[in-house]
Amino acid sequence: MALKIAIASGKGGTGKTTTAVNLYHHLNRMHGGNVLLVDCDVEEPNGVLFFPDAMEETSSLVTMEIPVIDTSKCTFCRRCVEFCEFNAILVIPPVKFAEVNQSQCHSCGACQVACDHEAIWVKDQTIGNITRYSGITGAGIVEGNLKIGSAMQTMVIRSLKKSLHSNNNDILLFDAPPGTSCPVVETVSDTDFGVLVAEPTPFGLHDLKLMVALLRKLCIPFGVVINKADLGSPEIYEYLGTEGIEILAEIPFSRSFAAIYASGELQSGIPEEIDNGYFLLARKLSELRVTV
Amino acid sequence: MKEITVISGKGGTGKTSITASLAAAGPGLVLCDGDVDAADLHLILGPDVKETHTFEGGWTASIQQEKCSGCNICEEYCRFDAIFRDDNNRLVIDGFKCEGCRLCERLCPSKAIKSKRSNSSRWYVSETRFGILVHAEMGPGEENSGKLVTLVKENARELATRSGAKMILTDGPPGTGCPTIAAVAGADAVLVVIEPSITSMHDAERVIELVRGFGIPVYALLNKSDLNPRISKLVESQLEVYSVPLLGQIPFDEGVVEAMIEGLSFLEYAPDSGASSIIRSVWMQLFSN
Repeated sequence: MALKIAIASGKGGTGKTTTAVNLYHHLNRMHGGNVLLVDCDVEEPNGVLFFPDAMEETSSLVTMEIPVIDTSKCTFCRRCVEFCEFNAILVIPPVKFAEVNQSQCHSCGACQVACDHEAIWVKDQTIGNITRYSGITGAGIVEGNLKIGSAMQTMVIRSLKKSLHSNNNDILLFDAPPGTSCPVVETVSDTDFGVLVAEPTPFGLHDLKLMVALLRKLCIPFGVVINKADLGSPEIYEYLGTEGIEILAEIPFSRSFAAIYASGELQSGIPEEIDNGYFLLARKLSELRVTV
Repeated sequence: MKEITVISGKGGTGKTSITASLAAAGPGLVLCDGDVDAADLHLILGPDVKETHTFEGGWTASIQQEKCSGCNICEEYCRFDAIFRDDNNRLVIDGFKCEGCRLCERLCPSKAIKSKRSNSSRWYVSETRFGILVHAEMGPGEENSGKLVTLVKENARELATRSGAKMILTDGPPGTGCPTIAAVAGADAVLVVIEPSITSMHDAERVIELVRGFGIPVYALLNKSDLNPRISKLVESQLEVYSVPLLGQIPFDEGVVEAMIEGLSFLEYAPDSGASSIIRSVWMQLFSN
């Protein structure tokens, strides 16, 4: 079984993807190229932007079943409306109107169970796609991509993770979306370890605390990477000390590195102290693998 | 009354810092923190909380073992793989996976399944030095953050109408999914905060497409604009292609972090700086457009 590592943060822009991409490079070197990057930030997937040589290998659609009401069979009894917990169905008996609001539907199937008149059938609606990239050193990238306008990000992440079942990798690196709600839970659940990337700023610390609460609730072991470590205040260290949370790495802020990141060129020219920070982090996570 | 929402697609481009500075620039507004997942605006605004409300979130089902006959119907019908057999071969529900559709509860012949609404999220009405702030705190791992965003916005609207405020300014979440859709729905204009990186540009393109889908006018602000001049130029020309007006460019300034540490908006921290005059100009353009 592959070791599953989630890279998460709560606050956006702290350096999740940068950490994930750098870990991908170092861990692949340590594990014979058998480390896969899984981009679970399906609302804004951009891990692949750091791999200019990446080639699309396969792409598949993620669909969900959306019910459709056949008004020629519908008796307008409103039983489906009662069953729907998401207020996705509107039935107005006097004018014989019955329709499903696609954007509210969670595809739970309750309305079909409710209907005694076989008036509800389903059609597939595309909510995103899953793309596998190769042509880069290492096992490649698998990316989930939420269709613009769809609110079903969690379902796309679920499909993305299911699509990995037949994989035979040493390590799976999950790049999580920001926040602490259901898409993050979907990403980190069933992972072996969480790498929380935090900035030592008031915003960074506040959102880190939320992530710590979440991972503790989910019983997932974790440690913290302090990114842009010299750009902020020392409160984060006090907090981590009091809570007994391990600092996995400290990555300094560097203007030149920020510029390299901005151009999507994380292959070379990385300042040595930063590259070394990620190398040591990768080695630490690698050791973790042996002890699990 | 005008409603403006600040979003970015990519996180960490400066939405909240910019929102706080815009709030400092313009009097007579109601503020709204639409990033309920990781709400930070209150850290700068230091709100005096006047009202605390509990948000009734989604349902989570659980099985009462003494009533369960083990018939498996619930497991068969659950579309979310939330029901499974534990080590003692008992049917149990993973609360994090449960979508709250309550179908299992309805189908259970032994009436062994009960659902509870989560109540770990709160929302607040507060007073701040810039006006009323409606904000929220979501329980970790909760669902329905889109619904909570909608609730926060509806209350901000009501308070704005009642107090005669000229503008509602919403600090939005990152991403394009349900919380972002909820944060931009009904807005009169959306400001997209971009930083000069290919990732930020990529993500901004996605939110521009999203907002345009709603027929809402989009404006852009380039933050940390001198971090990579080449990409800044690229962003500028991309925005031209999309016909998105660029309202201003703010250079990178470590003072933004210093201001945050002091609990100040950048406009209060460095009122005479170039960045602050750009913020004021952005405010004027947003208000007059």
